[in-house]
Amino acid sequence: MDRKKNPVEPTGEQPVTSSERDGPGGGGPSPREGDPRGWRPPASPGAPSFDMGTGAAVLDAPDETTLDPATEEALEAASDPSEKVVRIGSGQGFWGDWQEAPKLQVRTGAIDYLMLDYLAEITMSIMQKQRERSPEAGYARDFVQLMVDLAPDLVDRGVRVVSNAGGVNPVGCREALGLALASVDLPRPLRVAVVRGDDIMGRLDEFIDGGHALSHMETGEPLSTVRDRVASANVYLGAEPIVRALEQGADIVITGRSTDTALTYAPLIHEFGWAADDWDLLASGVVAGHINECGCQATGGNSLVDWRQIDLTVPGYPIIEARGDGTFVVTKHAALGGRVTWETVTEQLVYEMGDPEEYITPDVVADFSTIELQDMGEDRVKVRGVRGRARTDKLKVSIAYSDGFKAVGTLTYAWPDAYEKAARGNEVLRGRLEYLGLEFDEVRTEYIGAGACHGALAGPPLDELPEVTLRVGVRDADRATVAAFTREMAPLILAGPPTVTGFAGGRPRVQDVVAYWPALIDRGAVETGVTVDTVEL
Amino acid sequence: MRVQLREIAFARSGDKGDTANIGLVAFRPSIYPVLVQEVTAERVKQHFDGICKGEVERFELPNLRALNFLLHRSLGGGGTVSLMLDAQGKTFATALLRMEIDVSDELLDRDADRPGRPPAEQA
Repeated sequence: MDRKKNPVEPTGEQPVTSSERDGPGGGGPSPREGDPRGWRPPASPGAPSFDMGTGAAVLDAPDETTLDPATEEALEAASDPSEKVVRIGSGQGFWGDWQEAPKLQVRTGAIDYLMLDYLAEITMSIMQKQRERSPEAGYARDFVQLMVDLAPDLVDRGVRVVSNAGGVNPVGCREALGLALASVDLPRPLRVAVVRGDDIMGRLDEFIDGGHALSHMETGEPLSTVRDRVASANVYLGAEPIVRALEQGADIVITGRSTDTALTYAPLIHEFGWAADDWDLLASGVVAGHINECGCQATGGNSLVDWRQIDLTVPGYPIIEARGDGTFVVTKHAALGGRVTWETVTEQLVYEMGDPEEYITPDVVADFSTIELQDMGEDRVKVRGVRGRARTDKLKVSIAYSDGFKAVGTLTYAWPDAYEKAARGNEVLRGRLEYLGLEFDEVRTEYIGAGACHGALAGPPLDELPEVTLRVGVRDADRATVAAFTREMAPLILAGPPTVTGFAGGRPRVQDVVAYWPALIDRGAVETGVTVDTVEL
Repeated sequence: MRVQLREIAFARSGDKGDTANIGLVAFRPSIYPVLVQEVTAERVKQHFDGICKGEVERFELPNLRALNFLLHRSLGGGGTVSLMLDAQGKTFATALLRMEIDVSDELLDRDADRPGRPPAEQA
């Protein structure tokens, strides 16, 4: 089948059971088998395994013999098919991710839980602004329609959803879902839980007065310096309230600012009964969560290795197949595109990594230097060996505050001498800003097509570039100053260097800058305010 | 022999505030020690001269045959504050892969048939 022309249909009528999928031939042709250059063996038995536990010999051994027979046997034993396996499918990696992905995740094959991550560092502040304009807003609206579309499948297949779609208004999110579900004919009502207590905006002064400085984690400045400009403040909550919701029988759990990783490992705690101080198991869950939280980035999206060979038209998002001992396999539905190899998983593991030995979450400190990967072939990568340490007594707070205004304008100059023209355009513009007496906190010029991404590392601009886009941004505390800049780009079209285009969008827009202020707070100060309640919709 | 990192390693980059992170991963286990020796924090700081305005920290992950670099003060303030086209540092990965290091011919020969090299060199 040509996937480019005929995207994979959701096979809602024929669910693929796990035994079918795992059995011989159940996986269908692996994308790798069609690799024209034959870089990889079909089932990649020789895919590099780098289990440091088998000793230093691994480093220099040929790939085919990286595992000794005893280890292979041990792995076989660990993969006892009768053992309970819980499948957590990832459906969204950010607010604005592909809407088909979660539907395909539920309808193409077996999963037990669907995790949907909507929140990046500054998403809360965007949602806060929406809520200020309209009190019932402030959550990921597309989540509601998605749940309406998926509701019959969730009931039919017994798939439960865990999501931080609630943003700054999880209750409003559930109310909207209730209204929308009223018109859906379901065999039974859905139990929908809401986690509250992450929003500490209303308690900031109480905390500051009580001696919690909420200092910036990088600069050390106390929050009081920007207190009057704070737009939102939310504590990153861990797994505990989500587990409570699942214990209440929730089909759908809606949280606000939960950690991205907890959306994946809270169901594992619930299913396997992991203890709150079993640090290694919790750390395994965190690693699973880190792999799931960016959606397709673990299954070949944004992957550097073999990017030409990975079919991303209708990609499968990651699925964690977890066992009670903390080991898990990263995979995807075989019928969908994408790819799972040690390379795709490793790229995601190092994504947004800080100190690998100190991956701090509300529930455990995970040590990413203990992760052992094994590429099993056929889009299956096994993860084991993860170690963790006791959680800290602090929770992270995500604070957003207003920090002035900015605007960015672009114009595109064509061959010949495209770069030179763009550079002259920049000179003219800067001269006019000076002529008008406009000063900014920051002005930045970049040349797209001539080093905007890699700067001087890209080498000198070429004479023969077909076109170059001049991109100028300004930032200032004063809105009027930024607005004045936005009126100075367009005049360059007629009163600037020649062969210019790309101005159909009109004047640049003045944008509010909402800056991020990460801080820590004592766990005890906020945890008592966390509540969970479940209702039938 | 002098080679660009992209011939022997791959990478992914992202952001945390004004700090860019780059995870650099060796295609083959035998290359990892070379990365450890050659791709030091100092060299990376030098490589990103003019881009990284703060310190470079390096962490070793032999289990993933990876190095993780934190490039502080590299994203124009980061997040929504930044005026940079690449405010999230997404393209820092390949910027690092431009770096050239010395690798023994013997190690390179063993890598000749490995994935990840530009197709033109696959012949």
